[in-house]
Amino acid sequence: MQWETVIGLEVHLQLATQSKIFSGSATTFGAAPNTQASAVDLAMPGMLPVLNKKAVHYAVKFGLGIGAQISTRSVFDRKNYFYPDLPKGYQISQFEAPIVGKGSFEILMDDGSSRTIGITRAHLEEDAGKSLHEDFNNQTGIDLNRAGTPLLEIVSEPDIRSAAEAVAYLKALHSLVTYLGISDGNMAEGSMRCDVNISLRPIGSAALGTRTEIKNVNSFRFVEKAIHHEFQRQAEILEDGGKITQETRLYDADRDETRSMRSKEVANDYRYFPEPDLLPVVIDNTYIESIRQSLPELPAGKRSRFTSQYGLGLYDADVLSSSQPLADYFEVVAGVCGDAKIAANWVQGELLGQLNRAGGTLAKCPVSAAALGHLISRILDNTVSGKMAKQVFEAMWAGEGDADEIIKARGFLQVSDTGAIDAIVDDVLSANAAQVQQYLDADDAKRKKLVGFFVGQVMKLSKGKANPQVVNELLAKKLA
Amino acid sequence: MIPAPFKAVFNGYMTMAIEHGEIEKIAELSGIRISDEEIGQVTERIAEILQMVDQLQAVDTHNIEPMANPLDAIQRLRPDEVTEANRRDAFQAIAPAAENGLYLVPKVIE
Repeated sequence: MQWETVIGLEVHLQLATQSKIFSGSATTFGAAPNTQASAVDLAMPGMLPVLNKKAVHYAVKFGLGIGAQISTRSVFDRKNYFYPDLPKGYQISQFEAPIVGKGSFEILMDDGSSRTIGITRAHLEEDAGKSLHEDFNNQTGIDLNRAGTPLLEIVSEPDIRSAAEAVAYLKALHSLVTYLGISDGNMAEGSMRCDVNISLRPIGSAALGTRTEIKNVNSFRFVEKAIHHEFQRQAEILEDGGKITQETRLYDADRDETRSMRSKEVANDYRYFPEPDLLPVVIDNTYIESIRQSLPELPAGKRSRFTSQYGLGLYDADVLSSSQPLADYFEVVAGVCGDAKIAANWVQGELLGQLNRAGGTLAKCPVSAAALGHLISRILDNTVSGKMAKQVFEAMWAGEGDADEIIKARGFLQVSDTGAIDAIVDDVLSANAAQVQQYLDADDAKRKKLVGFFVGQVMKLSKGKANPQVVNELLAKKLA
Repeated sequence: MIPAPFKAVFNGYMTMAIEHGEIEKIAELSGIRISDEEIGQVTERIAEILQMVDQLQAVDTHNIEPMANPLDAIQRLRPDEVTEANRRDAFQAIAPAAENGLYLVPKVIE
């Protein structure tokens, strides 16, 4: 049977606040254990939570970014379960009245098609601490630095149909939240963690099958692998006439498999009730509007502007708008050199290539956008050939100076002087009399190929400095 | 929000007795141990509480917004500033067990 995969994702996004959601402890990543855990985070008796204004602001910002309804009144609830890294015995979350309601956003697939994925809701909650099970003589070590870190849990509709769409959704979400500046989006540090809800149904069927929830999937690649694995597992059970058990499974990246978390079965009754230590959060429309006014241009808007304003293809526009710093860099390069398409090629080719090889980020890029734009303008005004420009770029990357200095120092100046090139062309034609004869005897189609040979010879003799356009013009004249 | 095991009782009419099994489940979720001797008495007392809840259920609450908090006030928000210093030593001095900065608890494994 042909199966259709139905996927919904729950993303836990760590918000980029300085302090925790309910206490004044710092949220700095990588601090020594328990040095950022205050009496509130430790659940000392009598401690009360006080909500962080920035967390509310960021949640609203996200809601506006996906065109969602923002609740002017939202309520925190207690989600009850026992685990040592949750000292209160409950997590403060939102259940009945989340701050962000229904919204949606568009994802772009590699083949250029696009799909709209619905967002069911997004709510604020606190993170738990970390349990370390190794090295403590049959005891578990607890680090509560992460306890109380603000999270926005973003729940999608079951609108996703494949692993590729799930990855595209996460990438689009990552791009959106970093544009909004509400999260650093650092997956390696757990700033974006994902639970995958997945079920299968026969293609054409409208009813949903029984789903499983896969926890602990923390990179784009693992999401893809976990979905592939779970699809196989469920398809085999269904094809053998079996039934899927609704359960929570854990993805094990080392073994590339999912396995049942049986302990979750009993515990899966969280007995939510309104958090008596917090009052309802009420925000007004003026506040919401002021945040709406402050929204930056978002990835989708930028992408479509790049296609219309600069005439870029959808793929180029998508790559260049994927992050705010990259988009800004591109726009400066295009502005300085005045040719957006060549700027797009250079940024995606040479620049991103070098960055990938160096393993660096744009923030630490040794070549500024203005400097690259200037180099490209030197290609456009025929000072240097495109080929030579790549060497100039590498020298700029190595810190040898700006484009003009390097072109001068290395003698890369392109020769456009007709007299100088004329002499070289004559030399090439007289040294290759046989090929000239061949050219004269050939039809138009073959002539084009033979011209390439002459151009190559001229470039070789000029050590790559001859302006190819001038060479072509002279050859056309002399071979006529 | 009504805890799920109670819900069946709430949604039915009066005097639907709560079973021992449900009490055991709630006890487990709450991390409370109730001995076999106690369970009959606990069940009885919870059943009495539920009867009172049944009386409350009889009130027509149509068009009444659920109250999240009895105080007629809204949440004050604090600015996003780090105001807490590191007091790990003081906290760990009163912890039953700590090592290398970590609190130690009996082994839990998933």
